[in-house]
Amino acid sequence: MSLTLVQVIVGGLLLGAVYALFASGLTLIWGMMNVVNFAHGDFVMLAMYTAFVVWTGMGGGPAASVPIAAMLLATVGVLCYFLLVRHIMRGPMLAQILGTFGLALFLRYSAFWLFGSDFRTLPDGMLGPPFIVGGLRIDAPRLLAGGVGLIVILLLHLILTRTALGSKMLAVSEDATAAQIMGIRPEHMQAAAWALAAGATGIAGALIATFFYTSPTVGETLAIIAFVTVSLGGFGSVPGALVAGLLIGVVESLSAYLIGPVYKDVIVYILFVLVLWFRPQGLMGKA
Amino acid sequence: MRLGWFARMLALAAAGSMLSSGVMAQQTVKIGAIYPLSGNAASAGNFSKAAMELGVDIINNAHPELKDLPLAATQGLPGLNGAKIELIFADNQGTPAAGQNQALRLITEEKVVALLGAYQSGITVTASAMAERHGIPFVTPESVAANLTERGFKWFFRTTPVAGDIAKAYMEFLKERKAGGQKIDTIAIVNENTEYGTSIASVVKEEAAKNGFNVALVIPYPANATDVQPQVLQLKEKNPDVAVFVSYTSDAILYAKTMKDLDWKPAIMIADNAGFNDPSFVKTSGALVEGLINRSSFAAGKPGSLSGAINDMYKKKMGVDLDDPSGRALQGLLTLAEAINRAGSTDPAKIQAALRATDLKANQVVTGYNGVKFDEKGQNILGSSLITQMQGGAYVPVWPKDKAAGEIRLPYKGW
Repeated sequence: MSLTLVQVIVGGLLLGAVYALFASGLTLIWGMMNVVNFAHGDFVMLAMYTAFVVWTGMGGGPAASVPIAAMLLATVGVLCYFLLVRHIMRGPMLAQILGTFGLALFLRYSAFWLFGSDFRTLPDGMLGPPFIVGGLRIDAPRLLAGGVGLIVILLLHLILTRTALGSKMLAVSEDATAAQIMGIRPEHMQAAAWALAAGATGIAGALIATFFYTSPTVGETLAIIAFVTVSLGGFGSVPGALVAGLLIGVVESLSAYLIGPVYKDVIVYILFVLVLWFRPQGLMGKA
Repeated sequence: MRLGWFARMLALAAAGSMLSSGVMAQQTVKIGAIYPLSGNAASAGNFSKAAMELGVDIINNAHPELKDLPLAATQGLPGLNGAKIELIFADNQGTPAAGQNQALRLITEEKVVALLGAYQSGITVTASAMAERHGIPFVTPESVAANLTERGFKWFFRTTPVAGDIAKAYMEFLKERKAGGQKIDTIAIVNENTEYGTSIASVVKEEAAKNGFNVALVIPYPANATDVQPQVLQLKEKNPDVAVFVSYTSDAILYAKTMKDLDWKPAIMIADNAGFNDPSFVKTSGALVEGLINRSSFAAGKPGSLSGAINDMYKKKMGVDLDDPSGRALQGLLTLAEAINRAGSTDPAKIQAALRATDLKANQVVTGYNGVKFDEKGQNILGSSLITQMQGGAYVPVWPKDKAAGEIRLPYKGW
């Protein structure tokens, strides 16, 4: 295998880990409460601007912007839950879709208003030069984003499966009434899910900002990938999002390199359709 | 009695409103402008909007200091009793469907007398088709895809030079460099795959073959790409002497960053305007593309020149220099306004006839065109481009020699 091909695959894997990270927030909310958050991409956008503001305002890199974005977005998530989602969940399905979609537009146009339509980027090389390993060039921000992405997904998975909080959240998602009888307050658990999901999305956004451009509509571009990742991996499954993210990253890179960038989406969607054909619940979703 | 008084008041109000609407029609001329104000090209679209707003100011208010520029010295349009221009902006959202809908809305609801737009060639296709159907003049100041003027449209006019002229300019430039001893054998073309990128790529390829260059690689890619590493790796493997990029802003930023990350640069890197001229590209990525060759029709020129004065006014308003696509947008508006003034009417057919008779000289335009004069297809035959180079964070005209303000510095330095 040629070195270039290895470089393509490594690039795809790192990209895939980031895809997985920002898809995990979306899948978590679906798994918890069967709500599709159409504002998910705009949460990422918000986190990217946070990273940008942290840099211009106080000169802080990811070490400062990642925790700040995580906390800010977790707060935004909880607010969204209490002010919007909790109410629209009582309405018909359409109200839920339009509700989060409206939230997406609200966030997007607020960003237009606050930051203007200019593209922004964080200074290039703020994390130092690329690593060169055996002829492979690995860009520091992408390595950081991929690495942290994997760790956060793992933590998210552990929280959901190994902690009391995770068990309570699972209980609420399976049968809210029964959980309530057992003394668990569904609203608290759902708010916690929004905090966790939005917080993870905040981390993803702050990391993506280190190697991607930021603009008010960047969420639109990224949201599509998140939706494909989530449905491929299985709605509600965090490990599924990881596998699907990595798969999409590599397939995208390889097909762009070997066949042509115009066709990469075709290949990704063929894969997508095939998987859903044989496993409609997604790779790791529950049937 | 009471009813009679009421009826009289009603009649008076009705007469008043009729009168005022008659006067209003005299006072403002509505022109629609369809630009990307949201979506991936929003940044470029908003700079164009600012440039055209400056144009409205120049037309509607007295600017005697801008000598030679038609309509600058007077207030409003003297041909229409000093009527003011009103630009109504519509957001094309970066999609051909939205562009088409906005054209329809502007024509049927806002009753505009003419349209300008729509930045992306792919959107100009649909928006101008709507204008053609309704018999409303459509002027595109910046869309360069060749086939736009090949559709046999009667109401379509284009002030900017076209893809073919641009490709010829690149080849002349490259031939001169090759004659000067630069090694130029292979060329790669990397283009976004909508109307604009596809059109430029195909004519560059054609012209390159005619001029004896070997086009080693053509890479079309989707403009909303989230990752361009595979493209850059393909380039790195083939390692062409010249790479021509045809991109919008978001992808231009990604290419600049990724080429540095993967450490590849050609001896000559050419960027075809658009995204690479967006002030937010220059601001975010200018330091990564030192020595980048570009094309331009607008150059601020010497202080005291018409373009210099316009640039100063724009800079005061926006804080950045007037970029080329926005400069061309401004010229499109000025050309249209001059024609409406000459038509002395808001009747679309009269404006169309006036546009056909347009004959602006080089000293009457703000861009570096040799003037504006339309052929039977609506194409400006006096449009021209010059070659610029990114030097120290700004584009400097370097070719042809008589318009150059700096020396060409090769090979491409990058970061």
